[in-house]
Amino acid sequence: MLELKHISFEVPADNATLGILKDVSLSVEDGKILVITGPNGGGKSTLARIIMGLEKPTAGQIIFDGKDITGLSISERAKLGVGYAFQQPPRFKGMTVRQLLKLARGSALTECECCNLLSKVGLCGKDYMDREVDGSLSGGEVKRIEIATLMARKLKLAIYDEPEAGIDLWSFSMLVDSFRDISCRNNESVILISHQERIMELADDMAVIADGQVQRYGTKADVLPYLMQDFNETCRFKRSRQEVDGPC
Amino acid sequence: MLNKTDYDLLASIAGLHGLPSGAFSLRQNGQGVQLQSSENVTVTRKTDKPGIDIVVKPGTKNETVYIPVIVTESGVNETVYNDFEIGEGADVTIVAGCGIHNDGCTDSEHDGIHAFHLRKGSHVKYVEKHYGEGSGEGGRILNPTTLVEMDEDSRCEMEMTQIKGVDSTIRNTTAHLGKNAKLMVLEKLMTHGGQVAKSNMDVYLDDTGASVQIISRSVAKDGSVQVFHPKAIGNADCRAHVQCDSIIMDKARISSIPEITANHADAQIIHEAAIGRINNDQLLKLQTFGLSEEEAEAVIIEGFLK
Repeated sequence: MLELKHISFEVPADNATLGILKDVSLSVEDGKILVITGPNGGGKSTLARIIMGLEKPTAGQIIFDGKDITGLSISERAKLGVGYAFQQPPRFKGMTVRQLLKLARGSALTECECCNLLSKVGLCGKDYMDREVDGSLSGGEVKRIEIATLMARKLKLAIYDEPEAGIDLWSFSMLVDSFRDISCRNNESVILISHQERIMELADDMAVIADGQVQRYGTKADVLPYLMQDFNETCRFKRSRQEVDGPC
Repeated sequence: MLNKTDYDLLASIAGLHGLPSGAFSLRQNGQGVQLQSSENVTVTRKTDKPGIDIVVKPGTKNETVYIPVIVTESGVNETVYNDFEIGEGADVTIVAGCGIHNDGCTDSEHDGIHAFHLRKGSHVKYVEKHYGEGSGEGGRILNPTTLVEMDEDSRCEMEMTQIKGVDSTIRNTTAHLGKNAKLMVLEKLMTHGGQVAKSNMDVYLDDTGASVQIISRSVAKDGSVQVFHPKAIGNADCRAHVQCDSIIMDKARISSIPEITANHADAQIIHEAAIGRINNDQLLKLQTFGLSEEEAEAVIIEGFLK
């Protein structure tokens, strides 16, 4: 179980500090899916990076399976079973997809296992295994391989930062099924940062983060209708503005 | 009689764990120690200067020729001339390389001058590894010169690697490409300490359909210095692609000086060069797999120079 207690994150800005996250408290129970959504720039990705240890919070505690991991390094957290799929994954010149997946697994990976992992993210294993994870791959391909690196690992908590970005509709459907499988089969806790309604449908719990704060947090049944209502009101407002002002 | 150090050097530079069964030449401490020809590949010692002539019969297929050089005595200084005549339609692999083990206080230097003539339709895969080791203060110096003359429809793949232990190297490579000749060069280099490595490469694309691809990957650590000067000169309807990528670390210095010349309106010549630190996101990504920062750095460098 993951518990975030009063997490804040500030950065220096013009002789002052800018609050990116302000007193964020959330938790994810074992085997549950938490979907975090909210407007761009609201602090969602920063929160994910803080959980993985890529950033250090300026205040607050991260408790994982009852242990305070706030001061642990990235690799120490990884060894406890925390994984993170980057929103914009890096590329590696000279490293093949198979090598990257093997590094993620931390042990040998058979050709068959490699193919299975790639097919879960909508890629044909035979076509991609020996390709390099460099500039020759498209953004969508790199993103899918990034997701496969998490699926290659035995994790207790997997964090996916906008996994749908750059993924075509056909593969997206497969990806949604894969996330559902992971959580059910492996009792893995999953945090999904997403704007997609179909991903939100997977959630046990949901949190809306905007302006660095948790605006709403609860079960999917509590939060999703609120989001839909908010969305419909915004659309109605835009339509009425267009009727008054005319199309832009 | 070879000892353990000799065998270790042979394994490092040529992947050999004993003397090969086919055509080969072994040179040690300034002397030709042993050579052997096969039915299709003749290896003979030069009589006018140090070195060997290697003649591959036309039509020879799937043969590998080993020509390693090892230097285990301090103070050896030699220039060696090796000439390769590759017959029409032949397809061979040539494994060269030089390993220096210097425990003494004087420099050991090997300057190898390799001249290739690839006849019509022939194919050569040339693999060259340079390696240095030893506890002495004497320098380990390697200055290879490679000259390649390529006839119509010939193909040459050159993989030149220097990963460890060579204090100073100046590499000069010159190639002339005929009609539809195709040259691919992969140069891999890692320098550390106070090492200096310079690589000059002049490729002349002299006839229609000639093409060259040069890929240079290097890592410079500590206070080492690297200078690359690849030149592609298009004298006909031809294609050239030169790509130099370098990772710079610590207090190292790298210069990449591209030069491309088109002397024909249909010459298509591209040069790409990049020098930079290891991308921080790459390090972070591998740490999320449980690797330490040092392990992540080693994996990235190994992959980059693979």
